[in-house]
Amino acid sequence: MTEIGLGHYLTLGAVIFSIGVIGIFLNRKNIIVILMSIELILLAVNINLVSFSIFLGDLAGQVFTLFILTVAAAEAAIGLAIIVVYFRNSGTIRVEEIDKLKG
Amino acid sequence: MIAHSIFFYTFSLIAIISAIMVTASKNTVHSVFFLILDFISISCLFIMIGAEFLGMIMLIVYVGAVAVLFLFVVMMLNVAQQKNQWFAAKNSSKHIPVGLIISTLIFVEIIIVIGGWKYKPEIFDINNSFTQSSVSNTHSLGQILYTDYIHVFQISGMILLVAMIGAIVLTFRQRAGVKRQSYIKQISRERAEGVEVLEVETNKGVRIDD
Repeated sequence: MTEIGLGHYLTLGAVIFSIGVIGIFLNRKNIIVILMSIELILLAVNINLVSFSIFLGDLAGQVFTLFILTVAAAEAAIGLAIIVVYFRNSGTIRVEEIDKLKG
Repeated sequence: MIAHSIFFYTFSLIAIISAIMVTASKNTVHSVFFLILDFISISCLFIMIGAEFLGMIMLIVYVGAVAVLFLFVVMMLNVAQQKNQWFAAKNSSKHIPVGLIISTLIFVEIIIVIGGWKYKPEIFDINNSFTQSSVSNTHSLGQILYTDYIHVFQISGMILLVAMIGAIVLTFRQRAGVKRQSYIKQISRERAEGVEVLEVETNKGVRIDD
């Protein structure tokens, strides 16, 4: 069994990032799952930053992970508020039926 | 080192499976639960490789706040009954190949980048200086967070404030026909508009129009 190195963690981050992108593309149900996929992508970015920070011995990566965490929390709050308002106005949050901007 | 490998593979397997289940689950509530499981296993990984503070913060912020917010909105909007149909929807067939191709491409690119780094490791100069030091992870993080990054720290606080105000303003609903107490109206009321002295003639009433 090989030693767990930086490459393992970066591969894990890549896998989770790709799953998040797949989730954004393939989701046909509601917008909330798309928001959760965005959270997955941010999580993959955090994994990359933290593993680089640990393996290269530089704490700046962990500080930036902290800020990414802050921005992700703010983004989730604003996004969910927008979804609640949209649901109140139109009664649906299905991705297929949100086509008012089509023109 | 064997224990390190075992824990890494266990937690990363749980994380990947639950990430797949987040996007593929039929029920949105189950998706949120798998998201929570994903965050928990990733924070276990963080604690394992030595970033204890971020692992704990991740548990508190994501599992304690964000995931509960998601769960709350999912239950409030009552969308759990709408089943997830990847393949049953009418025009989803053109989305699936595009999504698969693009995400596979992104994955392959990232793997190529990682492999390139692996065969040329002298790009970065690796100094594990702070890991040998006696201060803990939280201590050293606080030492540079409040000195070198203090402005960014305060800006992130402003971002949180703006997000809070924005969420309140967006979801605030002014209902029509609800009687409310208006302090400014009550305080600014004067005697002249409240009381009026009338000369009432005998045998004639006073007309009050309201």
